[in-house]
Amino acid sequence: MKRSGFWFVAPFLVLYVAFLVVPMAIGLGASVTDEGITGHAAFVGAANYGELFQDPVVWSSLWHTLIFTVTSTPVIVLVGLVMALLADRAVPERWLYRLAFFAPYLLPVSVVVLIWNWLYQPGFGLINDLLTRLGLGEVGWLSTDGMAMTSIVITTVWWTAGFGFLLYLAALQEIPHQLYEASALDGATPFQQLRRITLPLLSRTHQLVIVLQILASLKVFDQVYLLSGQGGIPGVRSIVQYIYESGFTRFRVGYASAISYVFFALIAVIALVHFRLTAARGSKR
Amino acid sequence: MRVVAAVLAVIWLAPLAWALDTALKPESETTRIPVSWFVSGMSLDAFGRVFADGQVLAWLGNSLLVGVAVTVLTVAVTSLAAYGLSRTRFRGRSLVLALLVAGIMVPPQVLIVPLFAEIVGLGLADTYWALVLPQVVLPAMVYVLKRFFDGVPRELEEAAVIDGAGRLRVYWSLMLPLARPALAAVAIFTFVTTWNNFLWPFVAVSDPHLMTFPVGLTTVQSSYGVRYAQVLAAALLGGLPLVALFLAFQRQLVTAIKG
Repeated sequence: MKRSGFWFVAPFLVLYVAFLVVPMAIGLGASVTDEGITGHAAFVGAANYGELFQDPVVWSSLWHTLIFTVTSTPVIVLVGLVMALLADRAVPERWLYRLAFFAPYLLPVSVVVLIWNWLYQPGFGLINDLLTRLGLGEVGWLSTDGMAMTSIVITTVWWTAGFGFLLYLAALQEIPHQLYEASALDGATPFQQLRRITLPLLSRTHQLVIVLQILASLKVFDQVYLLSGQGGIPGVRSIVQYIYESGFTRFRVGYASAISYVFFALIAVIALVHFRLTAARGSKR
Repeated sequence: MRVVAAVLAVIWLAPLAWALDTALKPESETTRIPVSWFVSGMSLDAFGRVFADGQVLAWLGNSLLVGVAVTVLTVAVTSLAAYGLSRTRFRGRSLVLALLVAGIMVPPQVLIVPLFAEIVGLGLADTYWALVLPQVVLPAMVYVLKRFFDGVPRELEEAAVIDGAGRLRVYWSLMLPLARPALAAVAIFTFVTTWNNFLWPFVAVSDPHLMTFPVGLTTVQSSYGVRYAQVLAAALLGGLPLVALFLAFQRQLVTAIKG
């Protein structure tokens, strides 16, 4: 009986070690070598780490990633919250709101990018056509670095707001109806109910959604890489994209592994801070 | 409020509606200026050409195969592990738990370079194995299921054990049926994540016959040339199955998230 428990865990553990622990070890090992496409690798000590801190592309990629995170996170969280507040009302067309707000989140990234590339087209693109009809000028959505980042953020908001929406919707349904009924009897307006009941009771959800969104944004690759024409706009390159390019187009496995580790350290610190904050709040209650 | 909700819903659905509208147009009308929602000769031709071409269907087939394989394997190994960790004590248990928590923090993105090197070393590059096996490692799912099993009263199990059922029997015929809602949530989450996953399948295979739909679709823009109706028809064909599933399972999904 003592040992039988291990056999339940064994199948998962084998896969876990093979495809998570081992690659982590391989990456750590490779990060101190000059491993390239030939597979031949010589020990170079901390040289890759030294190089990456002086590599301007590392810093610019981190900067783009930070800009993306800081601009997209508040919008996504806010839009998700507004969507949930709108869709939580007992109206017959509620299913339509759920579908409209959540459907984009279920689309694969390449579908999202194809659709938005089409919307952003000059001339016959729907958005520029609308701007022209309103008497405003056309916008080169993917033509400059700044506009490309804006377009990527807009597309990301459309694609992923549904995630926060669903978490907020679930949280809203947990709030007892009696709270609203009682406060209405006391003469509270809907706006007061929102400020004094709903939003405070959602505080845990706010924190969860914001942290998950920040972590997801820092790892951004797919839509940035694809909307910029598979890396065609270096001015929006994200840090994960630089890892990908270092490893798979410049074949510098050692260097890419070193950047991966530094990036992992960054993510881990944020996650740990979140855990500490949550734990601290939990113990106070 | 109702008006605001309706306007937002219309804005959110507009890109999809426009994609569908384009896919229904004849190719010659797709790039006409000024833009028009309704043109003569709207038809399902573009969808017909996508079907006739066959490639998109093959990618969808790969996505389905990989998605189902990853989901079945994940549910099987994570529920076994969660049960073992919740109900038995064995040497190394706390080490496994610590490894799990550490693993939850590892972003898959930092693994792609060394993982690819490993897959090449194992001779698995450009195989279905490369697509399936690394995606089964979801430590968070073990954690979710373990917490569920922790909440099941032990008395239920003790009664079964007294009746002579072994651990495996208890797991299979008592715990799994009890855990059905949690398992469904894990299965849905795993399938959707795998179906939509881009980065790993993008680096793991280069053979067009093995590509999953999200990866394959990135190559059609160039191979179809400027046939916009056909490209968008392909995109919608691959994007809509999950949306249809969501419509069917809306209620369960929201309940699952609450749990």
